[in-house]
Amino acid sequence: MNPETTIKLALALPLATAATTVFLGERQRNLRESFTLFGAVALFLVIAMLAPAVTSGARPAATLLEMIPGLAIAFEVEPLGMLFAMVASGLWIVTTCYSIGYMRAHHENHQTRFFVCFAVAIFAAVGAAMAANMFTLFVFYEVLTLSTYPLVTHHGTEAARKGGRTYLGILLFTSVAFLLLAVVWTWTIAGTLDFRPGGILAGKADNTVLCALLGLYVFGTGKAALMPFHRWLPAAMVAPTPVSALLHAVAVVKVGVFTVMKVAVYIFGIDLLRTTGISVWLMYVAGATILLASLVALTKDNLKARLAYSTISQLSYIVLGAMLANSWGVIGGSMHIAMHAVGKITLFFCAGAIYVTAHKTEISDMRGIGRTMPLTTFAFLLGSLSVIGLPPFGGSWSKWYLALGAAEAYQWPLVAVLMISSLLNIAYLIPIVVRGFFFAPVDGPEKPKIKEAPMLCVVPLCVTAVGGLALFFFAGRIYELLTPIAQLSGN
Amino acid sequence: MEHHLPVLLIITPLVAAPLCVLVRQRLAVFGLSLTVCWATFAMAIMLLVRVLDSGEITYQLGGWSAPWGIEYRIDTLSAFVMLFVSGIGAIVLTFAPHSIAREIREDQHYLFFAEYLLCLTGLLGIAITGDLFNLFVFLEISSLSAYALISLGAREGVQQTRRALIAAFHYLVMGTIGATFILIGIGLLYMMTGTLNMADMAERLRAEVQINRKLMDVNETRTVLVAFAFLSVGISLKMALFPLHMWLPNAYTYAPSVVTAFLAATATKVSVYVLLRLIFTIVGASFAFEKLPLDTELMVLSLIGIVVASTTAIFQTNIKRMLAYSSVAQIGYIALGISFASLDGLTGAIVHLFNHALIKGGLFLAMGCLVLRLGSAELDDLRGIGRRMPWTMFAWVVGGLGLIGVPVTAGFISKWYLISAALERGWWPVALLVLLSSLLALVYVWRVVEAAYFQDSPEQHAEVTEAPAAMLIPTYVLIGATVFFGLWTSLSAGVAQQAAQLLLEVTP
Amino acid sequence: MKEILGLYNYWVVIFLMMTGFYIVIARRNLIKKVIGLSIFQISVFLLYITMGKVTGGTAPILPAKHFTTGEDFQTFSNPLPSVLILTAIVVGVATTALALALIVRIHEEYGTIEEDEILEQDREP
Repeated sequence: MNPETTIKLALALPLATAATTVFLGERQRNLRESFTLFGAVALFLVIAMLAPAVTSGARPAATLLEMIPGLAIAFEVEPLGMLFAMVASGLWIVTTCYSIGYMRAHHENHQTRFFVCFAVAIFAAVGAAMAANMFTLFVFYEVLTLSTYPLVTHHGTEAARKGGRTYLGILLFTSVAFLLLAVVWTWTIAGTLDFRPGGILAGKADNTVLCALLGLYVFGTGKAALMPFHRWLPAAMVAPTPVSALLHAVAVVKVGVFTVMKVAVYIFGIDLLRTTGISVWLMYVAGATILLASLVALTKDNLKARLAYSTISQLSYIVLGAMLANSWGVIGGSMHIAMHAVGKITLFFCAGAIYVTAHKTEISDMRGIGRTMPLTTFAFLLGSLSVIGLPPFGGSWSKWYLALGAAEAYQWPLVAVLMISSLLNIAYLIPIVVRGFFFAPVDGPEKPKIKEAPMLCVVPLCVTAVGGLALFFFAGRIYELLTPIAQLSGN
Repeated sequence: MEHHLPVLLIITPLVAAPLCVLVRQRLAVFGLSLTVCWATFAMAIMLLVRVLDSGEITYQLGGWSAPWGIEYRIDTLSAFVMLFVSGIGAIVLTFAPHSIAREIREDQHYLFFAEYLLCLTGLLGIAITGDLFNLFVFLEISSLSAYALISLGAREGVQQTRRALIAAFHYLVMGTIGATFILIGIGLLYMMTGTLNMADMAERLRAEVQINRKLMDVNETRTVLVAFAFLSVGISLKMALFPLHMWLPNAYTYAPSVVTAFLAATATKVSVYVLLRLIFTIVGASFAFEKLPLDTELMVLSLIGIVVASTTAIFQTNIKRMLAYSSVAQIGYIALGISFASLDGLTGAIVHLFNHALIKGGLFLAMGCLVLRLGSAELDDLRGIGRRMPWTMFAWVVGGLGLIGVPVTAGFISKWYLISAALERGWWPVALLVLLSSLLALVYVWRVVEAAYFQDSPEQHAEVTEAPAAMLIPTYVLIGATVFFGLWTSLSAGVAQQAAQLLLEVTP
Repeated sequence: MKEILGLYNYWVVIFLMMTGFYIVIARRNLIKKVIGLSIFQISVFLLYITMGKVTGGTAPILPAKHFTTGEDFQTFSNPLPSVLILTAIVVGVATTALALALIVRIHEEYGTIEEDEILEQDREP
């Protein structure tokens, strides 16, 4: 199968899954779920077929249609997009299993709508991953926002509506007022929106314009949750946990930081950023977000809220990596896309499992949870260690590269920020595990019976927990995949 | 037969209208009107294909040659406008039966169809004619039938609907003043050039004339300046450009839903066409934009209009009125595009004529479905309707996304061109205002979305069911078109760009 | 001075136009508004008709022999504006007819044709 067909198939699969789900509806639930699972596995395999070509240096491409004369919806798979697409499609399989278990155990309504919107969201994420120009990326970015809105407001309650309002309000505000402006401006300055190695803006405008443009891009990508446009993430926690897992690990937030990374590497170009120094102020905004978000996480008793702020902090690691504008930074940031995804999804899966089985949402109620749900709590420990960045977990590699990048750019305050933030991560994650295993339960007997979440929930979270461990050893492969991008910087 | 296509396009609905009055029988009249509208659409398609193939078509009425006789001139812009006017005319009429059964008195239905056909004739005639006075006549034909159509919204026994009468009356007074201004302008131009043929007038305006022993171009005389002033004010009133838009909200709110859908999608757009003809074909872009500051004026008025109208829309409780104010804002976008006087700006304006016609037409048809089942267009009555009428509300949401300008809808294409045109000139505050107005649109669209999906139905509407398929299908044709033309733009933006290029090349 | 007196037709036009316009805006009775609208339109008719007159020209009718001398006339007034105005008069008549029909219906529904009373009635919920 030639690359062009593979790309089109990769786009068609999630859409076909969505369509089949609509037709099967509530009446054929098992068939519906099987189709979704089948679609997810098929998608992962199709995307994996592109991997050998991309690692050997080829850039499979396809063009769909010309939406505006001169601007086409086009796709070109390069290492960063390849990594993101594999993470997204791989984790979709796991999330689908988890969702089936969660939604049924919880007897949720509107399950068809849920799975349909999920599939459309993955379609948007894969489309964004493979985008060949900023225009395509923007279109899929917006489709993602709209397709995840029904997921966030799934419960239909007043709280869900409010959360949905904040979610849509901030994301659409930033994308329309800042990102679209930046995209059209780039089009006016550079005459093209293609992602090209070395960027398309070199020599096209003076530094103040470029600085403003970069600011518009980075703040316009609201999904990267850079402060002060981060409030949508905690607001989106009203959604059911599979959605939070999707939002925080697989699709939405990663599309955000992926966009920032692509803009830095392929629109501006690492060299341009470094020589003009226009990204320095954004480095510090990212650094401030890392610290502030971690501090806020410490204060939150609601587990999902704490994980939300943890995510905001971790996303800024990736933004920081992009803004450092050197090869270590880019590699570290890109690697963190994968590492954080796996680690965070484990944490969210555990949070959802605890909610479905023990009906607990607040951390102070989760004392002794390790005695009723040892597997889940252990998985939570593994996920936490990955997020904190301790060996032998994958997160350690990405943090190491980021620290190297900060050091190479002589940004010592940022190196300190990375160190402190790791300590803060420990402070807000480990006590949950400690309390879970070593403290007596708040209510119920001293030595309760073991009652884990349904199989369909427990297996995925174990898989991802172990995945965090496995990624430590796979980091070498990821490094090889990403080196071509880093080499563009001439380091 | 092929040769006479231009005049057939006008004659068919024109002759069918009095036939409707003679025939009177409801079903026969509906059948006749439907056939005529679809035939007219087919003819408009054929004309567009011919124009895109072989260039401008000229047709002399009665064989009298121009400039003495009346000439029909069809270039890319005219054909494009006629295409979507006739298309929407056909689709809205297919939607009509159930809706007018609910909203118009049964013994007046044959009159509705007659007036509808007359209005269609008038609108098509404006786009097709190359003679200025002929344009005035067709303008008045369409306006008078529009006033009558709006007043049909008043139903005996339902007291609320009587406001349609006073709305129609106010529209009549304001519309007539506008039309009379246009007539004055035409008269003054005739005085100075001696011709009514648009192409001929354009040449003669550039001739030299001696006034008070001074030699000057005809278009430098004060008479022509005054004529232009009268014409532009008259057209702006017909077009509902801020602040001459006061007739629009009431007219759209109280008219029957079908009438609102048709008028909102076509009447104001054709007035914009008249403005384009005036600026680019008759007086020339250099006269309007360099000698006179029309570009600045249009830009300022349109920007204020966009912001004020969008903000007013947010506070409306009647959804039809909200969409009416939204229309005023969207006309502002079109006027803004014209004021840029660049290829991108003009393309954006022309393509938005098309895109907005589709979006607003679809939205008002969805409103028609809602009014059929709920009997009202108030936001309060719409609570929880998302669950009871899912197809209708989904169509409405997609239309709303088109208003906001989300990618994949046609609205995005127009916004892209407008913002490009603004940034090309370096006017980033204008670009920012356009983007912020999208966010205002988001607020008023989301008010409806939240009411429809997140709130519980009020007592009296607990049992409503989905609208009939005969109404849903035309709605989805228009809404589907907004998504289709958001992805495949060679017909909409491609033709618009050709039309814009032609206007800019030929303009003196 | 010659300018002001010589252009008296235009002065009449302007006077009628402004009178008509003023009546439309200032009067609240609907019939009076329609009268004002008619006067406004009539002023435009006069503008067109008077523009057709050519100095020394006779009525544009053929054959044209002078009554007493029997010579052919060489100069005619322009017939076109009069023709245009016939069309415009028809349009004006149609507009007035439609407006009056609307007023009849309004009177049926509201019981009054004073604009402020109508708006008052509409303001009540």
